[in-house]
Amino acid sequence: MMGSENADGFEETNLNAQRDVMENLDLGVDGDAGGDNPLKKSVVNGDTSNSGYRSAMSTLSNVRDPLSPPPTVMIPADSDPLLAPPSSYEDFRSFGSKPISSDNSYIEPPSYADVIFSPFDENSDSEINGAEDSSLHSQFSDSLSRSPSSSSSDYIKITVSNPQKEQETSNSIVGGNTYITYQITTRTNLPEFDGPSDFSVRRRFRDVVTLADRLAESYRGFCIPPRPDKSVVESQVMQKQEFVEQRRVALEKYLRRLSAHPVIRNSDELKVFLQKQGKLPLQMSTDVASRMLDGAVKLPKQLFGEGGASAVPVHEVVQPAKGGRDLLRLFKELRQSVSNDWGGSKPPVVEEDREFLEKKEKMHDLEQQIINASQQAESLVKAQQDMGETMGELGLAFIKLTKFENEEATSNAQRIRPNDMKNLATAAVKASRFYRELNSQTVKHLDTLHEYLGMMMAVQGAFADRSSALLTVQTLLSELPSLQQRVEKLEAASSKVFGGDKSRIRKIEELKETIKVTEDAKNVAIREYERIKENNRSEVERLEKERRADFMNMMKGFVVNQVGYAEKMGNVWAKVAEESSQYDIEKQSS
Amino acid sequence: MESTEQTRSISGSMQSPRSPSSLPYLSVSVTDPVKLGNGVQAYISYRVITKTNLPEYQGPEKIVIRRYSDFVWLRDRLFEKYKGIFIPPLPEKSAVEKFRFSAEFIEMRRAALDIFVNRIALHPEVQQSEDLRTFLQADEETMDRFRFQETGIFKKPADLMQMFRDVQSKVSDAVLGKEKPVEETTAAYEKLKHYIYELENHLAEAQKHAYRLVKRHRELGQSLLDFGKAVKLLGACEGEPTGKAFSDLGTKSELLSIKLQKEAQQVLMNFEEPLKDYVRYVQSIKATIAERGTAFKQHCELAETTKLKEINLDKLMLTRSDKVGEAEIEYREIKAESEVATRRFERIVTRMEEEIVRFQEQKTEEMGVAFHQFAKGQARLANSIADAWRSLLPKLEASSAVQI
Repeated sequence: MMGSENADGFEETNLNAQRDVMENLDLGVDGDAGGDNPLKKSVVNGDTSNSGYRSAMSTLSNVRDPLSPPPTVMIPADSDPLLAPPSSYEDFRSFGSKPISSDNSYIEPPSYADVIFSPFDENSDSEINGAEDSSLHSQFSDSLSRSPSSSSSDYIKITVSNPQKEQETSNSIVGGNTYITYQITTRTNLPEFDGPSDFSVRRRFRDVVTLADRLAESYRGFCIPPRPDKSVVESQVMQKQEFVEQRRVALEKYLRRLSAHPVIRNSDELKVFLQKQGKLPLQMSTDVASRMLDGAVKLPKQLFGEGGASAVPVHEVVQPAKGGRDLLRLFKELRQSVSNDWGGSKPPVVEEDREFLEKKEKMHDLEQQIINASQQAESLVKAQQDMGETMGELGLAFIKLTKFENEEATSNAQRIRPNDMKNLATAAVKASRFYRELNSQTVKHLDTLHEYLGMMMAVQGAFADRSSALLTVQTLLSELPSLQQRVEKLEAASSKVFGGDKSRIRKIEELKETIKVTEDAKNVAIREYERIKENNRSEVERLEKERRADFMNMMKGFVVNQVGYAEKMGNVWAKVAEESSQYDIEKQSS
Repeated sequence: MESTEQTRSISGSMQSPRSPSSLPYLSVSVTDPVKLGNGVQAYISYRVITKTNLPEYQGPEKIVIRRYSDFVWLRDRLFEKYKGIFIPPLPEKSAVEKFRFSAEFIEMRRAALDIFVNRIALHPEVQQSEDLRTFLQADEETMDRFRFQETGIFKKPADLMQMFRDVQSKVSDAVLGKEKPVEETTAAYEKLKHYIYELENHLAEAQKHAYRLVKRHRELGQSLLDFGKAVKLLGACEGEPTGKAFSDLGTKSELLSIKLQKEAQQVLMNFEEPLKDYVRYVQSIKATIAERGTAFKQHCELAETTKLKEINLDKLMLTRSDKVGEAEIEYREIKAESEVATRRFERIVTRMEEEIVRFQEQKTEEMGVAFHQFAKGQARLANSIADAWRSLLPKLEASSAVQI
């Protein structure tokens, strides 16, 4: 996905041209030439596989480095699914390698890596549920066995690809709108999908929205990964292609996260979305207007229960009030929440779970810090990138200078030690490449922070479910006493009439019926509330665990990376210093 | 940047030393910058310490106070007197930075001035200059007087003559219908000129990137600092063991930020500055080339004029005109001038030949040192980065081993 080919501008092409020059440099001085060639081929293949990291680190998206993770060419065929950057891959393959003293092969393992981390099983697990393309981070996550359900034999891998324009079939003369569909391919061995199997469907974004909405309804209280944004401001800047690509990436991430969730991955909604050919058989989210019409019919039934309790299935009560048909209920709940906040009286059921309130507070703080950290992470990535670029430019400038001095030498004195400068130049270019590789790895690790921003939103959603369920309970609870009162009043009044008051008696009957229904609804609502509370609790606990594990992996991956590349760079520069040691003024006598 | 020349001893054309057992030496250092004056009038004064056993100088050690414009005076004088020699460059005047006078700026200037004086002191020909002796020894009032004279509007008579001659030659050019400027066209010299001009471009580009690299070091340092802080705050939100791990990570990051800032400074002083210095050096060579051009033109024109006068004289002698006497005098005068001009030009040529060789050797050596320092610095930085992060790993391992 060479978005950068769309030429963001002159600078971009210039940079690319420079990189081409660097690519073609004969760095053969110490036998590195062999290592260079595969890198030249890397350009076309390498980028398509790395869709994962592009999303978050937008600063990098303009500078798609042709040198970044040199791919499959460097890796033996049998480990193809890995697509790991050679450095991390070779970490775990080549144990015997000693700490490097000279650059024999271009890509070398960080020397300590084999000491500290044990080999991983390369066959299984880069395809772990929802993990991104075998970044170092997912490899470690495996060794920590984060989710108990993912034994190494379970996998589900979802890919989103092949966006295509399609036309809405329409009755009008003008013709329908065009929209984009995406191919969604699933590879899995999970039994729920009649696996092991491989299947594909075509879906449009609207279907994804539907999926998300249905999941939100069915899994209240769960931390459901947030779906990609609906609309993007169609600015002039963002070309259609770029937008489609961004969306494709976002969809892939979203579906992978869904399939990584231990509960949601088993949901019917997801199954149907991934498997059912043709039209998505989930109930579409309707727009407000049609709901209003719907609502006009159902209005009286909500919360009044007239004409028999069966009219409105009680469980509908427990769904949060939506717009349109639940208008009245919305008003009541709104009134309730206002009285909760402003009214003097305490609501009948208070969110007394202090633990919950504290947790909510903590989550909010955490979210703020994650935002902050991810911003600083982006800055760090940019700084590393800049360093690499400038180092490369410096190297090039010196190469040109060396060439010039050699060509234009007017005396032999100049030719005496041309290698000093050349060595420096070569080292600078190498260091520049190391920085770029380091950076693309760093991006993958620190992307974890971005991931968890998404999860924080999911947690907020779960908490919101709880709050709205509580509100429903409170609303129902406050209905009851007033209904009760009315009954009492009517009973008192009717008892004064001798022989009974037909109309009043009827009313009393109706009210008693309403009370019963409301009681039932209240009980259901309470049960629902408790259920959601429990979902909250277990989800949050699960997430805490996952987050801790993921963050630990992130840190380890990040640090391992830094060490590895710092070592490489240190060796390169040490060699140059060694070779130019005659200029060491400390050594020079007197 | 270490002044390596300080320790080199003088060779060649010195007088016999006072005592036969000691070699002649002249060693100078520019130290101790002090800011004087206020506001717009503020300037920096430096202590210039001369240690020598040369008879022309007073005593084994002499200390004087000098300011930047004194150095400028010295350079201007040397440039006038020693045409053909590549007089070492001075650091920029920089009217803007002056007001800020940051510690960094002051130190860079001091170092550059130190190198300047030492290069002069080590040059076999220039080191004998009287102006140099004045600079190194005269008291401040005398120095001020000299300096004022030079920068004042009172030009020396010789300068006025030169200006006159320049105008004269321009006029005669027009009269004689010469459009092309008179220039040397030997292949070797063309090559040299081309080399010098191109060299400046290449060095300037290298210096530009070197300067950017300094900035990048600083930026990376800053972002590591910010990242470290953010990560520590994040750690404070998390429970154990992640919290501690984040805290350790953050601390390391902050530590590395300091190392990067330090290295930035090193790269600036030991790598970027020498490059900048050589850009200036090449620019001063260009000035010398211009001088050579002027001298050549003069030599050609005077030779031409002499020729004309000779022809004229011969003509007059044939016609036994009574103007012969006058013409002869004129002829002799012009001939003498022409010879002077030719000698001047030839001296420049000879000097330049030696200077180029000297320059290249010096450049190779000094650039070599700069590159070596740079490589050493980068290696040191990379290794300490690797060490710092590496030391974190056991802790991270331990933390993640704890059941979460």
